[in-house]
Amino acid sequence: MKYVSEFRDPPAARRLVATIESLMSRRPKTLQGAPLKIMEVCGGHTHAIFKFGLETLLPETIELVHGPGCPVCVLPVGRVDDAISIATSEGVIFCTYGDALRVPGSRTSLAGAKAEGADVRTVYSPTDALALARANPSRRVVFFGLGFETTAPSTALTLLQAEREGVSNFFVFSNHVTIIPALRALLDAEDLQVDGFIGPGHVSMVIGVEPYHFIAEHYRRPFVVSGFEPLDVLQSIAMVVAQHVEGRAVVENQYSRLVSTQGNSAAQTAIHEVFKPRAHFEWRGLGSIAESGLELQPRFARFDAEQAFRVPALSVADPKACQCGEVLKGQLRPYECKVFGTACTPETPIGSCMVSSEGACAAYYSYGRLTSLRRASGLKVHP
Amino acid sequence: MCLGVPGQVVAIDDAKTARGVVDVGGVRRVANLACVLEGDDPQALVGAWVLIHVGFAMSRIDAEEAARTLDLIKQLGELDDAP
Repeated sequence: MKYVSEFRDPPAARRLVATIESLMSRRPKTLQGAPLKIMEVCGGHTHAIFKFGLETLLPETIELVHGPGCPVCVLPVGRVDDAISIATSEGVIFCTYGDALRVPGSRTSLAGAKAEGADVRTVYSPTDALALARANPSRRVVFFGLGFETTAPSTALTLLQAEREGVSNFFVFSNHVTIIPALRALLDAEDLQVDGFIGPGHVSMVIGVEPYHFIAEHYRRPFVVSGFEPLDVLQSIAMVVAQHVEGRAVVENQYSRLVSTQGNSAAQTAIHEVFKPRAHFEWRGLGSIAESGLELQPRFARFDAEQAFRVPALSVADPKACQCGEVLKGQLRPYECKVFGTACTPETPIGSCMVSSEGACAAYYSYGRLTSLRRASGLKVHP
Repeated sequence: MCLGVPGQVVAIDDAKTARGVVDVGGVRRVANLACVLEGDDPQALVGAWVLIHVGFAMSRIDAEEAARTLDLIKQLGELDDAP
């Protein structure tokens, strides 16, 4: 496939690995042997790293930390409960991306609610939800708006279309989030030990690379916006390591075939026309982060599910056994979680990092690198 | 839902709403092209490569930049291969 297969070339990957090894050997003597921690912010990168086994190719001193850039993984229990409450309201067709179906709320999940009789439908695009609203004028059709700046424009454009067409039975339950406040909160956390970042390629396609400059300037961490194929990720790691070795901290763009400095202005305009930042939004494991969520502008109030339905809007604590928070902050590797692979599996997840295919736990679980990782870390294998 | 897939615009379905048909790995699917329009004529997009997210094209793929990235990776290897 064009623009895919040429970025998966094994000999080129080996050359990049050799480059990374040679760069690592140029670290100052005092740092030789110490881990270099690089956080990949986006769940898409986590998935690619495990799918292609990239972590096993890298020098042992490079430690990849899996960040909070998976919108399903950061969805708190209370918002799932709210979604279920809307989905079980009279006459509702509740539309969601497949990723969110099995995320556990405090009692059940959307899939569970569907099994109990709620009309929950999996859609590929918000336009599918709008089409359902047109086809079912006597029903109220609610779209579960999820995702970072990558998917927010699609929800926004769909709402603009609904407004133009005068569709009156279409609603959005917005849980869209934005990446910059989350990164800032992470960088301000005292316990974050990360030496550099692999930046989210598809969020950046929308917002551009300029919003990240504070990370290099203020927090002095290298930040490289990266594509999602194996050569992209390896090249980005090489670029972060090169900055580290040279004592530089700048924002670089490895994914220039898709990401421009300014981003996509049409997509940004759509976001601003339809959404505004919420005062606070709660993230699973990370707590409340100011101005990190998007709600509908007053002009779109009649499409806002939070106004049209009686939403409980309770803040519900994460399950006690779940250590998603530590995993999302990179303090704990997924297999170090007490319930990983035993009580918490993709079939019966406790935490959302195990549900989404882009969650760090699901990636570790699905690609079966557990045994070797546990052996390497000297951890006891769970029964 | 966060995964983007590259595809080539093969036709414009509805110029008014910027809806087009995109070939994604041999499968044709409808996509909204509003975010990648440059100028007023959606027809000009036919033949362009775009990245599709949840049914919306979010960026054009720049062929020159793609080639440059691959060249850079190739050069890195050559430098390392040198004695």
